[in-house]
Amino acid sequence: MNARAEAPRRHRQSAGVQLILDFLQRLPPYRWTQARLVRWGLTGRTLVTAVPYFWLLLFFLVPFIIVLKISFAEARIGIPPYSPLLNWVDGSLAQIRLNFATFQNMIQDSLYWKAYLNSIKVAAVSTLFCLLIGYPMAYAIARAQSTWRHILLMMVILPFWTSFLLRVYAWIGILKNNGLINNFLMWTGLIEQPIVMLQTDFAIYVGIVYSYLPFMILPLYSNLEKMDLTLLEAAADLGAKPFKTFLTITLPLSMPGIVAGSMLVFIPAVGEFVIPELLGPSDSLMIGKVLWQVFFTKRDWPAACAVAIALLLLLVIPIVMLQRAQAAEARGAHR
Amino acid sequence: MKQSSTFRLSVLVFGFAFLYIPILSLIVYSFNKSRLVTVWGGFSTQWYGRLLDNDQILDAAWLSLKIAAINATGAVILGTLAGLALARFGKFRGRTLLSGMTTAPLVMPEVITGLSLLMLFVVMEAMFGWPAGRGVTTVTIAHMTLTLAYVTVIVQSRLSTLDDSLEEAAMDLGARPSKIFFVITLPIIAPALISGWLLSFTISLDDLVIASFVSGPGSSTLPMVIFSKVRMGVSPDINALASIIVLLVTIGVITAGIFLARQEKRRQRDMQMAAAAK
Repeated sequence: MNARAEAPRRHRQSAGVQLILDFLQRLPPYRWTQARLVRWGLTGRTLVTAVPYFWLLLFFLVPFIIVLKISFAEARIGIPPYSPLLNWVDGSLAQIRLNFATFQNMIQDSLYWKAYLNSIKVAAVSTLFCLLIGYPMAYAIARAQSTWRHILLMMVILPFWTSFLLRVYAWIGILKNNGLINNFLMWTGLIEQPIVMLQTDFAIYVGIVYSYLPFMILPLYSNLEKMDLTLLEAAADLGAKPFKTFLTITLPLSMPGIVAGSMLVFIPAVGEFVIPELLGPSDSLMIGKVLWQVFFTKRDWPAACAVAIALLLLLVIPIVMLQRAQAAEARGAHR
Repeated sequence: MKQSSTFRLSVLVFGFAFLYIPILSLIVYSFNKSRLVTVWGGFSTQWYGRLLDNDQILDAAWLSLKIAAINATGAVILGTLAGLALARFGKFRGRTLLSGMTTAPLVMPEVITGLSLLMLFVVMEAMFGWPAGRGVTTVTIAHMTLTLAYVTVIVQSRLSTLDDSLEEAAMDLGARPSKIFFVITLPIIAPALISGWLLSFTISLDDLVIASFVSGPGSSTLPMVIFSKVRMGVSPDINALASIIVLLVTIGVITAGIFLARQEKRRQRDMQMAAAAK
């Protein structure tokens, strides 16, 4: 009844939009512009694609080329604080100066290597813990009653909407020497002295696992939710134990979800800056933090750009893996 | 069977406790009288009052809200165009590159995005004199580049779950493409646009790293002000601020969720009625 009453109103609404559009399209400027654009080979379709295309080329792709360029420049004092790569004499290109010293320094300086390896280690261990916590949660949500499923999913997404910075900040209050955990443990009498947790590697792991857990749960959930349950029933009918069914059917089928979730955690975690800065030890070596310090403290632009390029190279493989996993998921959805 | 449901229940209880205890602790301690945030000194709302007197935080919050609103609107427009192109235009030249450029920002470490955009702005200023200096404009452009990727993904996935029979029917009946978009496609993807707008808004409001790179003197956003305070350690007025943000976000997300769920139900009912009338 309700829907029937609403239908004419909504029809009127779209009729209104239509009227305005028709009116606009009859105006001379519209027709003139359209004729011009068509003459240039620009149809509406091309325009729709061209606008975001141009935006992303300019603000996403070109910046990387500039970063690559600056990483081969020499640091100097001035504005901008790097030497030009191309020397122009009388309007013609006289000289190209590529400076490999920045990269050489990076390879020789053990600080960068340590930061790289440590970042990979921290990101990999955090990803593993995200998977260990996230998989059972995604599984439990996907197998919950459908009325509950939406509420539980909403509860996973909600922390993601609230400020990342403030959620990391919350852990300072929990982990510090007179923080929530230590106060509680000392009140119960389990410990005499507070355990030092803040400004340790442990705090970095907790921070990353906590912040990126929703990224693990969501792709796993969407994978597990659309899994064909009759397969599991068939396995049970044939006498397979639940654990064996899980290992031989559920786990292999959820592989694309596992890969997608893991990469969604691993890739941003490698370059993480806020969490090691706020929760980790002051000398913690994470590549994102090194980049920040080289840029903001040492003000060495070429070195910062070189670190960015090296970090990007490190992430090429994980990004390709992520795209493959997502493509596999999309194919699975259409099957 | 019984055993496995107990297991699942305990997983959920443990998992959600992990996700929510930090947020709850923020809120509880914001009502703490003591300046030592985690040592309870009695109930008080004084930190909320102090917050309202803190001009630095209020100015930064206002600036961040403005940037977030402009950013979200721009990102929804650009993201809708990109999502439409990816979902509806079939195979066109450069599709792979567009698809790559809209998914890469989602996972790109923020330090890289921030640094590379700053380099671009510096080079552009040297070459064309625009953008002159760094501030609101550069932060907004940077945030739009990041968040338009989110909108694109949302719009694209929304469009790919809906078949294009309605659009094709309108095309067969001779409607212009622009009319089809505004009269048919836009109402269908409206829920995706609303969630895309909200997501872009909160991401922009929350971003510290990219804003730190591309903002200039005198345009410190709220996360930048919070970060410089938090670096010194915990402070109770930040807890009060956090509680207000959590409250607003929760209300916003739940309201939008209920509204969108209703819209979706109504749309499905309409579709069923249309199918039944055939």
